Amino acid sequence: MMTQTHFLVLSAALFMIGIIGVMTRRNIIIVLMSMELMLNAVNINLIAFSRQLGDVTGQVFAVFVICVAAAEAAVGLGIILAFYRNKETINIDEMNLMRW
Amino acid sequence: MIEAVVFPLIKIVIVLAAVLTTVMYIVLLERKVQAWVQVRLGPMRVGPHGVLQPLADVLKLFVKEDITPVLADKWVFTAAPIIVLVPALIAFAVIPFASNEMKLFGLPISGRIADVNVGLLYVVSVASLGIYGIILGGWSSNSKYPLIASLRASAQLISYEIAVTMTLVTVIMLAGTLSMVGIVDAQAKQGMWFAFMQPVAFFIYFVGGLAETNRAPFDLPEAEQELVAGFHTEYSGMRFAFYFLAEYANMIVVSAVATTLFFGGWLQPFPNVSWLSWLGIVPGWIWFCTKTFVFLYVFLWVRATFPRYRYDQLMRLGWKWLIPLAILNVVVTGFLKVLL
Amino acid sequence: MAEVVVFYIFAALILGFAVLVITAKSTVHSVLYLVADFLCVAALYVVLEAQFLAVIQVMVYAGGIVVLYLFVVMLVNLKRPPELHIDPRRLGRLGTVMALAVFGELVAIGTYGWLKPSGFDGTLDPKNIEQVGRALYTDYLVPFEVASVLLLVAMIGAIVLAKRET
Repeated sequence: MMTQTHFLVLSAALFMIGIIGVMTRRNIIIVLMSMELMLNAVNINLIAFSRQLGDVTGQVFAVFVICVAAAEAAVGLGIILAFYRNKETINIDEMNLMRW
Repeated sequence: MIEAVVFPLIKIVIVLAAVLTTVMYIVLLERKVQAWVQVRLGPMRVGPHGVLQPLADVLKLFVKEDITPVLADKWVFTAAPIIVLVPALIAFAVIPFASNEMKLFGLPISGRIADVNVGLLYVVSVASLGIYGIILGGWSSNSKYPLIASLRASAQLISYEIAVTMTLVTVIMLAGTLSMVGIVDAQAKQGMWFAFMQPVAFFIYFVGGLAETNRAPFDLPEAEQELVAGFHTEYSGMRFAFYFLAEYANMIVVSAVATTLFFGGWLQPFPNVSWLSWLGIVPGWIWFCTKTFVFLYVFLWVRATFPRYRYDQLMRLGWKWLIPLAILNVVVTGFLKVLL
Repeated sequence: MAEVVVFYIFAALILGFAVLVITAKSTVHSVLYLVADFLCVAALYVVLEAQFLAVIQVMVYAGGIVVLYLFVVMLVNLKRPPELHIDPRRLGRLGTVMALAVFGELVAIGTYGWLKPSGFDGTLDPKNIEQVGRALYTDYLVPFEVASVLLLVAMIGAIVLAKRET
């Protein structure tokens, strides 16, 4: 029997996996991909609630989340490319140009 | 219950068999048409006038040695041809081959495998998944020619995908629905095929379709004179056969979608002209196959006629000419739809 | 009944691929697992009767954003992988406490849902895309226009950042 809790637990677990990815990996591209996992978890949550309440607002919000994720991925990867050209590294431990 | 499972399975088997047979014979037809254009005869030895040549080709590709480069990423190298072939084949699930209500031995069957209410978007999204096979095929071969060729091919694909999607927006505006079955029904209701109401969109769609399937004159990424054999340099035997199959299956998908969207799918031409009503005897799926075949023939004809575009000319055409033209088409169609 | 089975299969696939994304050694394999993850999420959206979102997920996320990631991964293909040493500043104990707190929260959600099961009250219109389109162009028109400006700015920004200095 299908309840809302199934989707909530799935979304929470996916969000946690995303957070673990962001906190433990050193490769900045994997960090950005874990952020995409987190945004997907939020989307699953929104759409599960949209179905429960019969309101299409949740899906509209999910469309906006996807738009913002696309913009963020483009700009983030542009920054990574610009950084890589200057310092030849994608390890976030070595990205400390602003630290004295 | 049984209609929901058994009928679609039978239809899937029929459609896949038809597509694969068509792909084999399109290969032969391409060689013959190119030969006749160049005043020679093409394959003539295997079977009468070379009709059994595809069987010989399939047999050759089966028994060829399967080489994997030593430093290649084995897992991805194996998966890339599959990733390129599957989207080309699953796009046929939403294309309507015949009318919705048909009777076969008294049982009602519909002329398509599935009627998805976002059918056109499904075809576009599945086409955008095919890019992975090209990128991964080039990268996993771990050698420089395939890598450069795959990056060029995928950049070309994603550029022309934008122009193609914009033209589909105008078709959706005219039809009022995204379902492919609904688009054909809208053409039947309006009495005129969308190609005559939207000639610019049809032209952009066809040119974009040529670029999406890496066909001449946009076939720089896989031309023999340019980068050895492009992104499938390191593939041999059955894996190369998959890439080959996928390219021609993509051609058939583009032709089938062009038929459905712009030329009325399975509808007969001139339904209102009374002295041509004998055309109604021909069943819908034969009209569909004929129209798709005409488009496939135009693909082969264009390959034999035009010289190849250079890569920067190709990108300039896509970004600076086709995309603004497609957007202008959307704006003008929107205006006319409101005013008329 | 069939819905529950389908949900469990796709949920297992989603979580499995997500774990593989964050633990794969090769970055390209991570990207491929991410694509598979997004396709399973799109299948879950179809189960949730959000067909338009499912197709948008495949087209934009799996077919656009992850292709961008793949391009960047191929352009920064390093010979030595970045994770070579253990960071001495890692706080192991704090991490374990936080993980236990999260686990407790998940158990709380599950128990609450089991005690007061909430079914699906409302029903969605089967003409899903018409509804979404109507809502986007009437109630949420301003966020729609702002999102389009955001995408334009992001596009220009990405081009400027990634351009070579000639």
